[in-house]
Amino acid sequence: MTQISLHLWLIPILPLVGAAINGLFGRRFSRRAVAAIGVGFCGAAFAMALFVLSQLFSLNLPHIETYATWIRAGSLQLDYGFYLDELSMVMLLVVTGVGFLIHIYSVGYMWEEGGFYRFFSYLNLFMFFMLTLVLAHNYLVMFIGWEGVGLASYLLIGFWFTRDSAASAGKKAFITNRIGDFGFLIALFLLIKHFGSLSFTQVFGSVSMLPAETAGAGLLTAVGILLMVGAAGKSAQIPLYVWLPDAMEGPTPVSALIHAATMVTAGVYMVARSHVIFDRAPTALTVVAVIGTITAFYAATIGIAQTDIKKVLAYSTISQLGYMFLACGVAAYSAGIFHLMTHAFFKGLLFLAAGSVIHAVGGEQDMRRMGGLRTKIPVTFWTMTAGTFAIAGFPPLAGFFSKDEILWQASRVNMALWGIGELTAFLTSFYMFRLWFLTFFGEYRGAAGEAHAHAEHAGHGTHLGRNDVSPGALSHGHEHGGIHESPKIMLIPLVILAILSVAGGWVNIGKNFEKFLEPAFRTGATAYTLTEAATQATKAVGEQGSTELLFTLTSVLAAVLGLLLAWLLYKSRPDLPRKIADALNGLYTAVLNKYYVDELYAVLFIKPLIAASRSLWLRVDQGLIDGTVNDIADAVRHASDNIRHMQSGNIRSYAGWIALGAALVIAYMIWVALP
Amino acid sequence: MVPLPYYLVLSGILFACGVTGFLIKRNIITIFMSIELMLNGVNLSFVAFAAHWHALSGHVFVFFVMVVAAAEAAVGLAIIIAVYRTRETLNVDQVNLLKL
Repeated sequence: MTQISLHLWLIPILPLVGAAINGLFGRRFSRRAVAAIGVGFCGAAFAMALFVLSQLFSLNLPHIETYATWIRAGSLQLDYGFYLDELSMVMLLVVTGVGFLIHIYSVGYMWEEGGFYRFFSYLNLFMFFMLTLVLAHNYLVMFIGWEGVGLASYLLIGFWFTRDSAASAGKKAFITNRIGDFGFLIALFLLIKHFGSLSFTQVFGSVSMLPAETAGAGLLTAVGILLMVGAAGKSAQIPLYVWLPDAMEGPTPVSALIHAATMVTAGVYMVARSHVIFDRAPTALTVVAVIGTITAFYAATIGIAQTDIKKVLAYSTISQLGYMFLACGVAAYSAGIFHLMTHAFFKGLLFLAAGSVIHAVGGEQDMRRMGGLRTKIPVTFWTMTAGTFAIAGFPPLAGFFSKDEILWQASRVNMALWGIGELTAFLTSFYMFRLWFLTFFGEYRGAAGEAHAHAEHAGHGTHLGRNDVSPGALSHGHEHGGIHESPKIMLIPLVILAILSVAGGWVNIGKNFEKFLEPAFRTGATAYTLTEAATQATKAVGEQGSTELLFTLTSVLAAVLGLLLAWLLYKSRPDLPRKIADALNGLYTAVLNKYYVDELYAVLFIKPLIAASRSLWLRVDQGLIDGTVNDIADAVRHASDNIRHMQSGNIRSYAGWIALGAALVIAYMIWVALP
Repeated sequence: MVPLPYYLVLSGILFACGVTGFLIKRNIITIFMSIELMLNGVNLSFVAFAAHWHALSGHVFVFFVMVVAAAEAAVGLAIIIAVYRTRETLNVDQVNLLKL
């Protein structure tokens, strides 16, 4: 295939250059220069992605560019190369686009913080790895990106590493991800063993020759489930979701970029990318669907009781990721990727808006100490409203289209999945409007107006007036102290994302988005999926019109019910939630404490592991290994201690030893000579 | 004619006296004399064997040893005098530094 080279390698390399410049020399640069480098290189990657999009329709997809041989071992050859098809194009645009907006926002949000250059260096590093991940043309290059984003995530969660909770949250995220990566790696080894390659083209080519494994066991099922373990780690699904809520210790732009819009969706992307394998392993698909559905519902219930504005959004993210896995699990990959995209818009927006709220009230994150902010920070309010309505699934906002599509696809496979999905949609709507009412309506319950306490900012940098910096973008009459709207540089990304959250779903009107993605998911489709799709299609044609409308109405009804319930509980009758919580005391406490899963994991895994590690450390390492070495050394030293008295430095004692030795030799010779 | 073992035993006794003196004495001159005693003990066994086997080389060895012993005595006594001049002692235990 001789195709023109698009120089895809430039896309990930650009942010890497930015990361290197800022990381190596950023300390000496002014904040303005650091911001320009960080945002500039990310923007360049975005521009490059747009250029690739403009060329996309003249290309012969999938467009593969290989640059160098990386590993050659026996028959296994792995190249460093990139793979461009409709799927990676969508991911490319989402990652660079949303990433670019969040970079801009970060300039405003992080301006007062120490380690400004470090922040942008990490952020650009993250972009490099994320772009490597989505562009990879084999599993191993993907794995570099996969591990790299984990590293960047660790660095950014622990950005305020002097705070103990942030440092341990970073470790928790990293270690939990390692468990998932273990599954991913074993899947890769299985692929190498059986197909002798990791390149997408070759593996999928070989796999598409195989029949579907209907028996519920087999190589592809194993690979599929192991890949799902990896995806569960990265995308925070049951049972490895526990790190994501803690990851909120990181700065809010990080939560928006990594832990909502891009990195956590890598698992969904990976499952969608491996659709050829999953299509032939119905059991693995069922596992994906069930894990996704349960996670979606489970995380949503926790989200109801959280009081920290970022924690609500974190559980919401887990829940929405569950939807995406549900979509992949019913083989509706396009719907999953569509939801991934709209979710990147509205969840990125919600996090950034939450950051703006936190900024406004001086670092307070507890919603119980917010309220009535609607008039005080109007831009944030309106953008957050757009995000809330979008995630709740109100038509015609983005979340409505994607969520509705997923639920519709799920209903064609299994009504139970659909039912839980609808219930989750209702819960989603409820907890989001709870957040919305608590934050923006009612009376202000916090103390920021008087004291302007900077909980988040305190200790990381002094919250100075912003009028001295970047006059064009930041001169907004910032009053020192009191509730204040964020600077323009933070509001512009909010507004753009709000527009995307409103309009982002329209691309799928008439299923255009899914038609665009379809070629990427047609590669190597099986007889199994094709016939099933065909029968479903014929079945659907007759009833689709009315049934789909019915399902849509149900979804909208769920969203409206959620809104009404939230309005009732948190706007109309603010005394009711306390009474309900008291009435459901045990359940409420359990939900408030996240079902004690962290405690359960601590008892089941962490404590035994630490105890085992301690005993390995103290007994085996210090006792046995160090002990052997130390004992040998001690024995030698003791022996030497005794023997060294022979070497007194006294000539006569040496002479004595010589005489004794000579006498012994003579005695021996005489004894030998005697008959 | 005195049999060979008599000479050898006497030689051994002389040598042992020399070794013992060398080991237990403190005075440099006594130690020096013990060394001479050891040399002469060996000399005695040389001449005894030479006489016994009628071999001239034994006698020649003895002359060599006596020459070397004489030279050694000259150098050794000179060193002892030099040591006594600087240290004012002949006790070897107090002469344990190469440089003052």
